[in-house]
Amino acid sequence: MTSRPIATTRSVMEVPTGRLAMWWVLASETVVFGGLLGSYVMMRLRHGAWADQAANTNTWTGAFNTLVLLTSSLSAVLAHQAAERADGPKAARLLRYTILGGGMFLMVKAFEWTREIREGFTITSGLFWSFYYTAAGLHAAHVVAGMVIMFIVSLTAARNEELHRVENVGIYWHFVDVVWIFLFPLLYIAK
Amino acid sequence: MAQHAHADAPHIDETNYIAIWGVLCALLGVSVLGPMAGVRLLTLITAFGIAIVKAYLVCRYFMHLNIEKKWVAYILGFMVALMLVFFGGVAPDVSTHEGLRWQKTYVEPVTAGGER
Repeated sequence: MTSRPIATTRSVMEVPTGRLAMWWVLASETVVFGGLLGSYVMMRLRHGAWADQAANTNTWTGAFNTLVLLTSSLSAVLAHQAAERADGPKAARLLRYTILGGGMFLMVKAFEWTREIREGFTITSGLFWSFYYTAAGLHAAHVVAGMVIMFIVSLTAARNEELHRVENVGIYWHFVDVVWIFLFPLLYIAK
Repeated sequence: MAQHAHADAPHIDETNYIAIWGVLCALLGVSVLGPMAGVRLLTLITAFGIAIVKAYLVCRYFMHLNIEKKWVAYILGFMVALMLVFFGGVAPDVSTHEGLRWQKTYVEPVTAGGER
């Protein structure tokens, strides 16, 4: 007799337990990132000098990374679509494209941070840079977590097993994308 | 029907996600080019207004909140409301430099670029 995980077999309020758990995770993440971004905005409004510090971030780098994340979100939702059609191998392939997008995002971020740190803009250079490295660093940590989970999910999806996980991890990835959508104008455009 | 499909609305997913991605990319272009005009109001609209539209599109179509149970959106909305309560409660103090019995003494350090 094989046992099935409760996330697959039970449905609370007509939402499968696994997906319900994911929504609750994202609800708590909304408060985490919301508090951080809210603090940034209220401090920024009173410190005009932040605009001068923000002028040192590269808008085109931020825009390119936004494009990368939007594209990785596309492959994540296409993976979900493939899973709905019970095409596990295709879903797994698309999840790996998403992981590739996450990797590219982190690589660009690494080059960007290297340049900024070499120019003397570190986490202790001022309030703007503290927020910059904290917010972008926390976001990057979420990208890494998503990549690891997505890789694990892609292994089972390739065998046409546990396909509901493709949607759950996809929802998480889209949330990470949404956070970046707000970080981009705050850190790169408002100068 | 796959086991992971939404319990409340069995459907065949025919959404054109590539078209939605195209719209998101176009909006990204506008949000980058808009602020180059140097008009503050235009910057606010193109940068932050469009960010809200992009987030809406991702939540609605990619996260499927359009077909998810309504209360899921209410939970997420409630969390955003909590954030606004936090902002409204703290911002009045943060945004002033002195009060009746206190004064903000913090001075922003000079950066490598020479600005404060």
